[in-house]
Amino acid sequence: MDFLRPVTWEDALAAKAARPGALPLQGGTDVMVEINFDAVRPEALLDLTRVRELAEWDEADGRLRVGAGVPYARLIAELGDRLPGLAQAARTVGSPQIRNRGTVGGNLGAASPAGDGHPPLLAAGAVIEVESEARGVRMIPADGFFRGVKRNALEPDELIRAFWIVPAPGPQYFAKIGTRNAMVIAVCSFAVALHPDERRVGTGVGSAAPTPRRAPAAEEFAAAELDWDGRGPLSPAAARRFGELVAGAAAPIDDVRGTAAYRGHALAVLARRALTWAWNDHRAEGKEAV
Amino acid sequence: MRVTVTVNGSEETVDDVWEGESLLYMLRERMGLPGSKNACEQGECGSCTVYLDGVPACACLIAAGQVEGREVRTVEGLAGGERLDPVQEAFVEAGAVQCGFCTPGLIVQSHDLIGRNPAPTDAEIREALAGNLCRCTGYEKILDAVRLAARRKAAAR
Repeated sequence: MDFLRPVTWEDALAAKAARPGALPLQGGTDVMVEINFDAVRPEALLDLTRVRELAEWDEADGRLRVGAGVPYARLIAELGDRLPGLAQAARTVGSPQIRNRGTVGGNLGAASPAGDGHPPLLAAGAVIEVESEARGVRMIPADGFFRGVKRNALEPDELIRAFWIVPAPGPQYFAKIGTRNAMVIAVCSFAVALHPDERRVGTGVGSAAPTPRRAPAAEEFAAAELDWDGRGPLSPAAARRFGELVAGAAAPIDDVRGTAAYRGHALAVLARRALTWAWNDHRAEGKEAV
Repeated sequence: MRVTVTVNGSEETVDDVWEGESLLYMLRERMGLPGSKNACEQGECGSCTVYLDGVPACACLIAAGQVEGREVRTVEGLAGGERLDPVQEAFVEAGAVQCGFCTPGLIVQSHDLIGRNPAPTDAEIREALAGNLCRCTGYEKILDAVRLAARRKAAAR
């Protein structure tokens, strides 16, 4: 095995082009587990922790561009106010030690259906910036990034540079089921993001299908049902229906963490609650504005 | 490969490090620093918690090659000579050590907490230690130790 240590992004892309079999390594919270347990033996590890650009974020034209190497702990501390849904999800990742090292870029690279970062990215309509030396930059909507269990849209010579995301234009929530409040791989998870300016609701479902996915029928239902003009209350029946539609978008399996039936039930509850919290926040903001 | 790293204030060079090797293995098996414990090797238990450039992390999940040119501080590096760090003293006095296996990780993580937050609430202590498993004590004595260390640190100011 080789250990590649590029210092610049250009060198990282060149290394990946020359060695498509090299496994990118950032915080190590997934990759090192697989190596420690002899589950993978890549021909090379491509350490990206020296590439400074990856650990930076900035804001341009009303959008945030967050480097793939920004750890969860910094996302929470530095961007929690602008990305509340993603920050809530980040707080549920592993433990403090894991959040100090783990990154959204690593989450996207691993592309686990249970990755906590994915549902909020889907709900917010984030776009993933990937790049190769040969073909340059590709911008891939989160919606089209996940291609199968632990498979993503990256070509072998591409690396994840950043994700682009709009600072929350409305309330966002993330909710997750697990056996305790730390060190939990989601049994299922759900994210909702209100886009009041577009009268739209974004969703993301985690750990309940081969890939993280949106729940389009639930999004359309909520967009039509919510009283955007009057900010009137969300009826319990509508919240329940939203939950059912979210559960309907999932395709869960039975596994060691839970049964398909439980996941469906839990998702409906999480989605009903999350939409209710978000809409109530939106209504409260409206009252404050008046 | 060769790795040059500053560990507990002293620059060290280690040869014949395997490219897939963890920092934990390098510390324990090549550098004579067995304080950081090897248990789960997947970041679940926190027994191997060390500082990397001042930030606590599980040494089992850091590739040895990633620490080239960086600074690592292990539990061995907390005491000042013969004098234990106040967090270590508090663990001893509060009876927070039973079999002792989880203790190094808990001490490093508690040391970081108190360094950042000299008066942590119980909720903050629990949150900070959520990634450190102890199968002996039931955690109550550990919480006592962290509270004691924080009080002492506050009093010493």
